[in-house]
Amino acid sequence: MLGKLNWSAIPLDQPIPMITSGVVVLAILGVLAWVVVKGHLPYLWNEWITSVDHKRIGVMYTLLAMVMLLRGFADAIMMRSQQAIAYHSQGYLPPEHFNQIFSAHGTIMIFFVAMPFVIGLMNLVVPLQLGVRDVAFPTLNSVGFWLTATGALLVNISLVIGEFARTGWLPFPPLSELTYSPGVGVDYYLWSLEISGVGTLVAGINLVTTVLKLRTRGMTYLSMPMFCWTTLATNLLIVAAFPILTATLAMLILDRYLGFHFFTNEAGGNMMMFMNLIWAWGHPEVYILVLPAFGIFSEVVATFSGKPLFGYRSMVLATMAICIISFMVWLHHFFTMGAGPDVNAIFGIASMIIAVPTGVKIYNWLFTMYAGRVRFETPMLWTIGFMVTFIIGGLTGVLLAVPPADFLLHNSLFLIAHFHNVIIGGVLFGAFAGYTYWFPKAFGFRLHDGLGKVAFWFWLIGFYVAFMPLYVLGFLGMTRRMQHYDVAAWRPWLMVAAAGAVLILIGIAFQIAQLVVSIRHREELRDHTGDPWHGRSLEWATASPPPVFNFAILPDVQGEDAFWEQKSRDGQPGLEKHEPHYQDVEIPRNSPTGFVCAFFATVMGFALIWHIWWMVAAGFIGAVATFVVFAWRDHDEYVIPAAEVARIDRANLAERRAVASLAGSA
Amino acid sequence: MTDTTMAYSHGDPQLRSMAGAIAHSGPAPKRIVTGYGFWIFILSDMVMFSAFFATYAVLGGQTAGGPSGHELFDLHNVAIETGFLLASSFTCGLATIAADTRNAIWFQLAMAVTCVLGLGFLAIEGNEFASLVMRGAGPTRSAFLSAFFTLVGCHGLHVSAGILWLLTMMAQVTAKGFRADILRRILCFALFWHALDIIWIAVFTVVYLLGSAA
Repeated sequence: MLGKLNWSAIPLDQPIPMITSGVVVLAILGVLAWVVVKGHLPYLWNEWITSVDHKRIGVMYTLLAMVMLLRGFADAIMMRSQQAIAYHSQGYLPPEHFNQIFSAHGTIMIFFVAMPFVIGLMNLVVPLQLGVRDVAFPTLNSVGFWLTATGALLVNISLVIGEFARTGWLPFPPLSELTYSPGVGVDYYLWSLEISGVGTLVAGINLVTTVLKLRTRGMTYLSMPMFCWTTLATNLLIVAAFPILTATLAMLILDRYLGFHFFTNEAGGNMMMFMNLIWAWGHPEVYILVLPAFGIFSEVVATFSGKPLFGYRSMVLATMAICIISFMVWLHHFFTMGAGPDVNAIFGIASMIIAVPTGVKIYNWLFTMYAGRVRFETPMLWTIGFMVTFIIGGLTGVLLAVPPADFLLHNSLFLIAHFHNVIIGGVLFGAFAGYTYWFPKAFGFRLHDGLGKVAFWFWLIGFYVAFMPLYVLGFLGMTRRMQHYDVAAWRPWLMVAAAGAVLILIGIAFQIAQLVVSIRHREELRDHTGDPWHGRSLEWATASPPPVFNFAILPDVQGEDAFWEQKSRDGQPGLEKHEPHYQDVEIPRNSPTGFVCAFFATVMGFALIWHIWWMVAAGFIGAVATFVVFAWRDHDEYVIPAAEVARIDRANLAERRAVASLAGSA
Repeated sequence: MTDTTMAYSHGDPQLRSMAGAIAHSGPAPKRIVTGYGFWIFILSDMVMFSAFFATYAVLGGQTAGGPSGHELFDLHNVAIETGFLLASSFTCGLATIAADTRNAIWFQLAMAVTCVLGLGFLAIEGNEFASLVMRGAGPTRSAFLSAFFTLVGCHGLHVSAGILWLLTMMAQVTAKGFRADILRRILCFALFWHALDIIWIAVFTVVYLLGSAA
């Protein structure tokens, strides 16, 4: 009846997962009870869960990422403390638990923190920057988000019911085959990524179509803000790379469930094929993560330097060059496979070449700041912190791209230091910069500046203290993923790294405090103008938060920095003499399709993991039926009449005028 | 404005912005957006198939002492199968024309024939798979057969999903007529069905023709 599932799946004898999950379940129940008792449930359902508004979906993606960041960081601090303790001892984490922790840490940080963070920001901002009312496929957008949430949910269920993979964040065979990983851990990994991978693909198709086909009048390719360009490149990469991940994981699933021989040791299977396939997705994936961050930095640098982005066209070229070359370097993840000197040399050179367009970008940002009036607001601090940190990560990357050096450093903590250096210093700092920069646009009030700066400094210093020792440890020969060790020379460095993790923890605490304080003081931090940073692109041309239709009148664009041009030509919006001619606006209706579909996907995924076949069938039929019901709807849009559009727009403009006249009289 | 002015307009900002305004007149209509998005989906599907093709190419010779394609494939059957699928693409094209001219009877007829041809294709494929398993050449026999069943089976799954979609479209046209959103879905369905044909031609060549020659 319940397949492999029985009471022994719940790790009652292990205090750490039981207490943690107990607290989490209590917290979730508490929030739910609060929502129900306060009567917020209809609001939550109508305005958020069923919303197909790209701004709401973007916010939910970002929220998912931030919650999962806490989970992933909890894993990180457990590993750091375990390694600080486990010199000549077993520490406090048994090996099978430690292995699950590092696997879950990587999986969660990449797929459920970095990915939803950048996809959330792209969703929120790109339609606004393009001057349009929504993405190309609003309902599919909601489906994509909820499928991502399904994946995150399944990974977290594994904490309580069963176990997670012990294979690392990429399940390399033959370890991940049934022979060596007979439990459900790898199955949790596989199904949550298959399901959330579909969600990511949907988001990718949606955003590519949005950028290429939905731009306001006059918004040619070469007048798009840089964030739109990096969004285009990122989503092209998603469309081209994620199907490879889906296919590869499907093959591993077939091996495990039906006894196929793709990656097995027997019957002609080829485990190195898994390495090639997974990294043919995996290397583009790192650029999927970092390109949106590059876009955010480009927006932030130009805004806070009060100058147009230096070398806009070279930035576009560099972005598209990275987009293509990122598919030609995958083999540098396994130089030690033994492909021979010719192959290794070619991939080594390609890996160094891809550093060139990245270097171009760094110079462009520096030259944008040069001779500008730089304002050191929080987003700008993250950007400068990024530039310094990312250069170090980039240089160690170029070092690893040299095959002979890689043979020594492969699988060591040097590698761990390198990729945290680029992913934290690049992607996460970028996400935080974007979060601070666009928060007022999403919610109508700014985040507290002082607490944001304190959080930044703790993060930056904490990062260096936590990860620079890992470079040293790599040179001292410490390999990754060690549950305990007996080399005395490693211990001090691991203690320092653990202290760094504590500094980062303090940084996170300040970020939470910043959010709470900002919400409590939102009236003082209110953004009345819609343009709190003196922005350059169109998202600042509308109110904060924008009305559901984004723009009452779709803007007319002439050249780069559309909003800046408009401000320098006509002054602040709302000061024009004549009123525009308002028209009816069609807006897609909200739909529970995404949520219901993800519910059935969760049921199906859980049933597949535990071999509960009747439940698999039920989940599958439910998901398909949801789509057919959705396809049967007769009214997918509603009309906001011109008078209502005019009322909302006049109120927004009046607010702007009030601020402008206050500034004028002061 | 002529092409010549556009070509020489780069230096002059005013000319350039005029050229830009002509080059981009705002968001595309829904039909274009939907079709374009579906094209992108088809490209991503092709990438997925390419991963299975690459795998098949790597594992094609790994028969682990078991039968090879040369011993297993029956080109006669495959030729009939191919004929069914290509003919179904033709009738799918007829259905598109019928939808364009809003002719419900011809549309339903052409879709029904497409469905029958698709089912015929699936029947032959299912028969082939069943006979292979009966002869002890199932997907667990060797890496070659794992790759074969997965690649060809993945195409077969796509055809099955296509048939479910086809039936839904027939029902939707009956229930709702040729509404704009229904026509967009018919466009996407046709793209999907023809794309499966293209993939089948690659399967036919790489798997069956090259396989039985070896």
